[in-house]
Amino acid sequence: MWFLLTALAAIIATALWYVNSPGDKYKLSLLSFIYWGAAIMWLVDHVIAYVQEGGAFFEINAEATGLGFSVLLLGLFVWLVVLLVSDPKRVLKRVLKK
Amino acid sequence: MACFLVPVGEAVVTTVVQKVVERREKKVGGERIENTGVVKKDSGEKTENAGVKWSQRLGWLNKMLWGGAILLALEHVWHGEVVPWPPFLTAMETPGEVGPMLHEMATYGVAMAVAVTVVWAIIVVIAELRAKAKALPGEEVQAVGGGA
Repeated sequence: MWFLLTALAAIIATALWYVNSPGDKYKLSLLSFIYWGAAIMWLVDHVIAYVQEGGAFFEINAEATGLGFSVLLLGLFVWLVVLLVSDPKRVLKRVLKK
Repeated sequence: MACFLVPVGEAVVTTVVQKVVERREKKVGGERIENTGVVKKDSGEKTENAGVKWSQRLGWLNKMLWGGAILLALEHVWHGEVVPWPPFLTAMETPGEVGPMLHEMATYGVAMAVAVTVVWAIIVVIAELRAKAKALPGEEVQAVGGGA
């Protein structure tokens, strides 16, 4: 389930980045790269596990969904920290100057 | 168990490579300006296309590797495979689990790192082809502009 949620988040983040391109003021490319990186890694993980062990390809249950949303939140948190540190609109700089 | 450590290892190497490339690009760009004395628009654009792009492209790979590894680390914490106290990996606590952990790193971890790198290489090739396709009409426009 976490793979599906991450892949969905990667698609949405990429679409948002495309809508805002060519500018990337809010670093949406970073967010999509974070989610794509994780989605690719989990795809490989799922494929190898499926080939070696068999069973269900997707794990769909409450725990896996909880993990999926936690992963999405962590990705958003990392992106937000980078965005606030770079402060493209200089909002934090203005606040700190006051 | 610890498969995410392989992409982390690759990310460390590619981050160092990106920093070296970035420094070299700045140095090359600065030397060109010093030699000519004038920053020409055309040469500036060429320098940017040839140089900055590569550090930028390596940045894409870094973002995918670091981002993916961080999210995978959370999954490992969630499943109790990574703990906040030494030796951090629960597999390291049992001698019998060290072998399977290394095997998982060699299979899952290497496959993950290779897959991300292959996807990145495809993105770079597409970006390269698009840049070349855009450069061709641009050159024609410059030639016409220079002639007029």
